[in-house]
Amino acid sequence: MNLKQRLVPYWLLGPGLLWLILFFVVPMYFMGELALRSGSLTTGFTLTWEWANFPDSLSGHTEQILRSFFFAGTATLLALLIGYPLAYAIAFRAGRYKPLLLFAVIAPFFTTYLIRTIAWKTILSDDSPVVSVLQALALVPEDGRVLATPAAVIAGLTYNFLPFMILPLYANLERLDLRLVEAAKDLYASSRTAFVKVTLPLTMPGIVAGVLLTFIPAFGDYINAQLLGGTGQAMVGNVIQSLYLNQRDYPEAAALSFLMMALILAIVTVYIRFAGTGAFMGDEDEGRA
Amino acid sequence: MAALSRAWAWLRHQALPIYAGLAIAYMLIPIAVIAVFSFGATPKDKLTFALDNGFTTEYWSSMFSLPELNEALSTSIRLAALSTVIATAIGTTMAIALVRHRFAGKRAANLLIVIPMATPEVVIGASLLSMFIYASFALGFTTLLIAHVMFSISFVVVVVRSRLIGFDRHLEEAAADLGAGPLTTFRTVTLPLLAPGILAAAMLAFALSIDDFVISNFNSGTTVTFPLYVYGVSLRGIPVQVNAIATLLFVVAAVAAGLTIWQQRRAERMAGARPEPEPAPATVTGI
Repeated sequence: MNLKQRLVPYWLLGPGLLWLILFFVVPMYFMGELALRSGSLTTGFTLTWEWANFPDSLSGHTEQILRSFFFAGTATLLALLIGYPLAYAIAFRAGRYKPLLLFAVIAPFFTTYLIRTIAWKTILSDDSPVVSVLQALALVPEDGRVLATPAAVIAGLTYNFLPFMILPLYANLERLDLRLVEAAKDLYASSRTAFVKVTLPLTMPGIVAGVLLTFIPAFGDYINAQLLGGTGQAMVGNVIQSLYLNQRDYPEAAALSFLMMALILAIVTVYIRFAGTGAFMGDEDEGRA
Repeated sequence: MAALSRAWAWLRHQALPIYAGLAIAYMLIPIAVIAVFSFGATPKDKLTFALDNGFTTEYWSSMFSLPELNEALSTSIRLAALSTVIATAIGTTMAIALVRHRFAGKRAANLLIVIPMATPEVVIGASLLSMFIYASFALGFTTLLIAHVMFSISFVVVVVRSRLIGFDRHLEEAAADLGAGPLTTFRTVTLPLLAPGILAAAMLAFALSIDDFVISNFNSGTTVTFPLYVYGVSLRGIPVQVNAIATLLFVVAAVAAGLTIWQQRRAERMAGARPEPEPAPATVTGI
């Protein structure tokens, strides 16, 4: 192969990689740099290597950080509990309705995220039928609210990121060789044992991908907390948005956002190593014939 | 007693479909609410709606009567169209390089494509804003376009790549054997076979762009897109026309997706029905 041919892939990749480097990698550098500055909007921000910004940004918002872990973690767990049986039913029990059900799963993507969340706000508002039913069932106190509670935010997060859980689970389950489950049953495993020992381990890559794809956006989200949670349920995303766009305390905002990025990268790395799958990192082509 | 135990057995057997049905209902309820409210809900106060006017198509006929909303919609459509064209073009060539070529740094390139998809939107928005602040770059349509192309690229690469992996290279070899040059082969064989994947990627990029709120929220300056408009008015109570537009967008997107899937299946069937015993081009579903 001559030099000209060897350069072809780089020419093909060039524009896209350049765009990603200039507008994804380089901005991360500037965010880190901004986090080391001090000053105010009126005096300007100067680079003073203010490393204290990082611990300060954490200690000032412990409540919102812990809440983000709790909300995103609960929403991810709920999405798994709702999504796994649904993905399983679509893969094995849907018959000719399969395309229709898959369509229903991606249908939320066809309406605007913000409008969907506002619709939830309407559904959960104080005088809505849903809340009346919940009150009648005594799941919510007679004069209780759903809106502006942690439950409302978690319901919104679960709803908004559910397709990200279902799609990788379905893709994984669909490729499952059912003969392995039959073999387990032939060897006198109960349905439950067969599920725990065969189906579940084989669908682990789908669970890993689904959990990551749900947890990460849920952790950084601020729309659900803002629209469904009101003022009392702020998450880290709300803090970053408010510091950047309202208070314009750029260094602290940048420090917090930078730490969130570091945390997410750490979680992804550890999680993937622990779960032992390359499926998430773009290696899906390596396993196929 | 027997009836009860039969009912219990039936319930046990149907538990999974029932559960799945409830889950589907959970996913579709907000969409139904949006559609129902577009036909005659009146804003009662800031936060709630009530169906007390009965059925009306008033808000559908006055859908485009709010100047600010029209302006925001046209900005969103222009932005989505431009960012889709750019992201699809550079994302497709990247996918071709990644699937068809061996080169040093492939793993790093893969990583650079995956990480933006795993990054919370708020971080992408905040880091871009940090850079624009540093460079004193005026926020507006240009910064929105830069951001939208950036977050669309990765998704385009993933979709086109999945189509390329299931690609039957014998067809290209056959074209070359019949004397077609590399460019002719690409134009007459590769591109048409790749087209459904590219189309699916473009539709996804368009949908991502027109739906984006968080990253736009950080980098819009005074430019207002459709989601930013909705956010702005949501504090005062959204005009019902927004529900009508959301429903219309849903129908358009659903029909487009449905047609793509139908067309793909038809192509597969036709390929399968050919008399010659040649292998049908393997396809990986685009959407």
